[in-house]
Amino acid sequence: MADETKQEGAPASERSGDRGGDRGSRGPRTGGPGGPGGREGGRKFFRRKKVCKFCVEKIDSIDYKDYRTLGQFVAESGKIVPRRLTGVCTRHQRRLSTAIKLARNIALLPFAGRAS
Amino acid sequence: MNRTYELMFIVRPDMPEEEQDKLISTLESAMTSSGGAMKKVERMGKRRLAYTVRRFYEGVYILLTVEGSGGLVHELERRLRVTEPVIKFLTVRVDEEQKRLDKIKKIRESRRKTSTSTSTAAAPAEAAAEAPAATA
Repeated sequence: MADETKQEGAPASERSGDRGGDRGSRGPRTGGPGGPGGREGGRKFFRRKKVCKFCVEKIDSIDYKDYRTLGQFVAESGKIVPRRLTGVCTRHQRRLSTAIKLARNIALLPFAGRAS
Repeated sequence: MNRTYELMFIVRPDMPEEEQDKLISTLESAMTSSGGAMKKVERMGKRRLAYTVRRFYEGVYILLTVEGSGGLVHELERRLRVTEPVIKFLTVRVDEEQKRLDKIKKIRESRRKTSTSTSTAAAPAEAAAEAPAATA
């Protein structure tokens, strides 16, 4: 879903100055996460740059026992929220996802749905 | 080859505290007999489970920090499996992670020393940023 909207927006910006070869890697970045960022016309959104919570607060260890922190990165449905929405960096997202999975295993977080 | 593990398990909410103590002490004796040691016991108390486990909605969480070999963990897990009031358990190896954290800490401290020698203004800001991370 989100990918489709991005690819609609991306070629317009690419045709203006870029070579159209690497649209897969470059296109989505210019569009911004999940929104009609640079679509043609004057409407431009100022989007605050997302930063990784763990890098900013210098949290090195993402602990599976710390379900309060982990809960911020889990959607209502129980899914792990993707990186492009939360702004967590790659290495922390990887640690985060393993921590969430461990927490699910020991019933600190739900597999699906809200915590009953 | 000694490794550090975290052994977290949930017992049923209606289990009396003395029996929990008894269970922990039997686990400890199993550890010491096979060359391991119990480093820490932490009772995290009664908590609502995120989903039902064996028709229980609540459980008492107990966390043990164990030092020993993989065989010891195998034995402990077998014991937990046959212990009826234990409804769920999870073992996580933590020593590698701890090693990584120590390394980061070391790097950060050495970096702070260099920053204090060059610029004194930057140092308090950095210390303030690090303080909440340490307490959390």
